Amino acid sequence: MAIIRDMIPTFDLFQPTDIGEALRLLDEHDGAWVLAGGLDSLDWFKDRIKRPETVVELTGVADLAGIREGEDGGLEIGAMTTLAEVARSKLIRGRFPVLAQSAAEVATPQIRNQGTLGGNLIQDTRCWYYRGGWPCYRAGGNICYAGTPKSMNREHAVIGQNRCVAVNGSDTAGALMALDAWMVIHSADKEREIAAADFFLGPDIDIERMTVLEPGELLTAVRIPGNWAGTRQYWEKVRDRQSWDWALASVAAAFDESDGLIRGARIVVNGVAPTPVRIGAVEEFVSGRTADDDTGLVAGELAIRGFRPLRHNDFKLPLTRNLVRRAVRGGALAGAAE
Amino acid sequence: MTEATVDRADATMESPRGGSSRRTFIKGVIAAGAAVPASGYMFRAGGASARATVRATMPRITTLTVNGTRRSTDVLPQETLAMTLRYKLGLTGTKLGCDRAECGACTVLIDGVNHYSCSVLTHTVRGREITTIEGLASADGTLHPVQQAVVEEGGFQCAFCAPGFIMSMVAMVNENPTPTREEAAEALSGNLCRCGDYDKILNSAMRAVDYARRMA
Repeated sequence: MAIIRDMIPTFDLFQPTDIGEALRLLDEHDGAWVLAGGLDSLDWFKDRIKRPETVVELTGVADLAGIREGEDGGLEIGAMTTLAEVARSKLIRGRFPVLAQSAAEVATPQIRNQGTLGGNLIQDTRCWYYRGGWPCYRAGGNICYAGTPKSMNREHAVIGQNRCVAVNGSDTAGALMALDAWMVIHSADKEREIAAADFFLGPDIDIERMTVLEPGELLTAVRIPGNWAGTRQYWEKVRDRQSWDWALASVAAAFDESDGLIRGARIVVNGVAPTPVRIGAVEEFVSGRTADDDTGLVAGELAIRGFRPLRHNDFKLPLTRNLVRRAVRGGALAGAAE
Repeated sequence: MTEATVDRADATMESPRGGSSRRTFIKGVIAAGAAVPASGYMFRAGGASARATVRATMPRITTLTVNGTRRSTDVLPQETLAMTLRYKLGLTGTKLGCDRAECGACTVLIDGVNHYSCSVLTHTVRGREITTIEGLASADGTLHPVQQAVVEEGGFQCAFCAPGFIMSMVAMVNENPTPTREEAAEALSGNLCRCGDYDKILNSAMRAVDYARRMA
């Protein structure tokens, strides 16, 4: 596993206290590294695979943290809000339990106390060939070490592979995509909002990045509109152990239901592709049907159409199928036991 | 390196125009050579003033509040809290296991909340209250209720993970004074014990909850 090294190579550390200052620093320093909770970054630094000269550390920027109510019954959550706060927040639990639950199942208590929502969203993939410093496509090389016949790729993608077969490891990403959230992005000279569904990039678009964030840009907040507030929502994550681990597969879903029928749905699976995947075919199929096991059965089969497993990860097909089935047929929010 | 180039250029310019003798040339080089190390400091100072608003918040000597005492030490920009605690402040009760936010041996409290100190930059906790295992017992040696519970239950075998577990137990008791055994397991799920003593550790945690409640 990880090799313990003595020290992180040095860098210039900047600790801005407001957003404008942070953006100016990112603008002035080419290749400046944005440090939030540090749980992704420090691993890279310690392994000496990423060696930024300038680090802009954001824990002092109070404006980037906190949960604010939107005008439409939605919420705006600062990117530096910790995962523990997201998991605990009464507002989020009340309106968007799928997000609260997904944050509550990230890693461990210590990581949630320090890790931020923004950091969780833009975390780099955990493909161990890539994290181990192998010169793969994602690292600028010209081979994928995880896709060869002898590769260890049990945790890798079953859909959306394009040279790279790594998966997106963010739990909150799927939940936010299911809630039609918007990512608020600032740079020194402009501000833009990107739909969560367009925020994550697969290797077909850019093999070296996980998100649309450009150098100099900062994810400052996540804006969740009110339209899914209070709907039936579902979160389930399957991992090898019930602590610390990333998802082998997860499902995040929201259902607009009335008169015993599903009127509209958002169903997103993650841990199976380089980005969270919204399954439009299932959303269409379940609309107008009752949320029961018959609907769930077909929904599950539909969800995995087009999945192409690698040598060691075909188990992700029944896993994803059953997760979608359980999400659709209704029941408790999380861990709905068979 | 750029400083050296600049200084050397300055030194050459000081030599009399036209009469560039071997002696003045050598003098120039010596002056430049002397100027290089000095300019290292000068440029650092210049850089600091140019970025005053930011750099002023990150002095080379940093004061931290550890276990209720203010301690000043030299902290590098890239230094982790675990490194500072162990190797600058001598608080070796905090252990380094994986150094990757995986095992929990380095767990300390920051403003009462448990964190992996191996994955916190020390400069991010200036002005915050840090508590390590050394800061739990009272000055007269009376153990913290969590420590007392661990001692009585014989909670650990090799106990390398104990300081981290105990800090997580303290954080747990602060946040949720009446956890069930399942909730305690969840609260301690960020700490690993390679001896596999989890059952005894949870016994300790539940006894600690009991003690803490009686003291409150």
